[in-house]
Amino acid sequence: MIRWIKIPVFLVCLVPLGLLAWKGFHGMLGANPIEVITHATGDWTMRFLLITLAVTPLRELLGTPSLIRFRRMFGLYAFFYGCLHFMTWLWLDKFFDWHEMWADILKRRFITVGMLGLLLLLPLAITSTAGWIRRLGGKNWQRLHRLIYVTAICGVIHYVWLVKADLRKPLQYAAILGVLLLYRAGTWVGPRLRTARVSTVRAERQVTESKIV
Amino acid sequence: MLIKKPSDIASSEITPKSTYLNRRNFLAGATAIGAAAAAGFGLRELASPKESAQANTKIDGIKKSAFSTTESITPLKDVANYNNYYEFSTDKYEPASLAKDFKTRPWTVSVEGLVKKKQTLDVDTVIKMAAPEERIYRHRCVEAWSIVVPWVGYSLSEFIKRADPLPKAKFVEFTTIYDPKQMPGQRSSVLKWPYVEGLRMDEAMHPLALLAFGMYGEVLPNQDGAPLRLVVPWKYGFKSIKGIVKIRFTEEQPQSTWNLSGPSEYGFYSNVNPTVDHPRWSQARERRLGEFSKRATLMFNGYGDQVAGLYSGMDLKKNF
Repeated sequence: MIRWIKIPVFLVCLVPLGLLAWKGFHGMLGANPIEVITHATGDWTMRFLLITLAVTPLRELLGTPSLIRFRRMFGLYAFFYGCLHFMTWLWLDKFFDWHEMWADILKRRFITVGMLGLLLLLPLAITSTAGWIRRLGGKNWQRLHRLIYVTAICGVIHYVWLVKADLRKPLQYAAILGVLLLYRAGTWVGPRLRTARVSTVRAERQVTESKIV
Repeated sequence: MLIKKPSDIASSEITPKSTYLNRRNFLAGATAIGAAAAAGFGLRELASPKESAQANTKIDGIKKSAFSTTESITPLKDVANYNNYYEFSTDKYEPASLAKDFKTRPWTVSVEGLVKKKQTLDVDTVIKMAAPEERIYRHRCVEAWSIVVPWVGYSLSEFIKRADPLPKAKFVEFTTIYDPKQMPGQRSSVLKWPYVEGLRMDEAMHPLALLAFGMYGEVLPNQDGAPLRLVVPWKYGFKSIKGIVKIRFTEEQPQSTWNLSGPSEYGFYSNVNPTVDHPRWSQARERRLGEFSKRATLMFNGYGDQVAGLYSGMDLKKNF
């Protein structure tokens, strides 16, 4: 069942790219097509990062654990659009001028942080297979894949640092990411607080019991 | 224009007849319009109030200028659909539609500050002050893209001479209209409204500095700064303020909007300078709209021969 839903979802994720290609082919990307491509691929990287991070909260809140079967695909799409974004910059902006590229990475902090975010996705993309989960062991694999939080934060900072004055769009991403991270903070802290409370109660009871004795 | 008309009726007063003919009809029947004008519609128009001088309205008697570049002109559709006009939107593709119904008539320009006579002028009076010239200029945005535009206007110095500033006036300050009802971008505080720009007096008096009211031989489209804008081709585009309603002469350097928004990023001078980077991106190269590869950005946007003298002895890294 899931397998059959996966195919259309996979294709839908390609629509933003298809649309860009179609518009580009028909000269519909406006006065500055390269800027449009750069912005679109960047936006979709950010969107797929957030979609990926929304999978866990959604499956818990909606009670649909099977959603997990889509998470890897969304994560890989974030990496895919991130690579397209990077290639647009490298090819259409820098024209493979490696020297200038390095200078930019070191000098422009929005590029430094964007580059870092993409690089951190690389090991996640490589170890996204079942084989790698086995090889690393579930715990380690999960720990490594928490790097996606860092990437998403890098993405938001990258966007905030590059706009001229209008912060509204990057802050929308920041707000959504904030909610998704807070959810995790909640699910992490909640149970620990509860166990902590239980153990204090237990300890207190022991103390009073020992006093009675 | 096809008809002869009394010299006291300026072309700028006759052309807005397209206001009550819709644009499609206008385009379809240019000759019919000529005939209608001949039949006296032009005069009738003078008696009725007009709301805007629309684009697609030809400007008569445009003289060529020696200041024009011979570089190939950017297509009108790009210049009219890719606009940094934050009063409408921060998205460059949106002002074209958002400014469609923007009213450019009636419109006045107030002349204030250190002048012999403070006054409020009708924009058509300003437009008629001097003969229109076509100036084909390179236009370089601070965002590292550029265009070549055939502006229509006259040297700002012509206006300043007539405004007659006092000798102690050292700067000219320009202000854009503030009208959040018509300009949706002004409803959010992305920038401090109204938009303000300024020039040093000698910069403003330089013949290259243009007071523009047209482009491509026609009245300025609203999204390109109608009815009246500045064009300062050796400076980044944001210095070329649009929709001017106030021109004030001052002793103090005006507080320009972008300088207020990001003092370390947008200086008062903002001369095009490939050797001084924007703190967050390089200014060494630019993308000419319509071209695939980037090209080298020229000092003073290629107008160094004419304007470098204005800044002799100045540290342009400090006075960016």
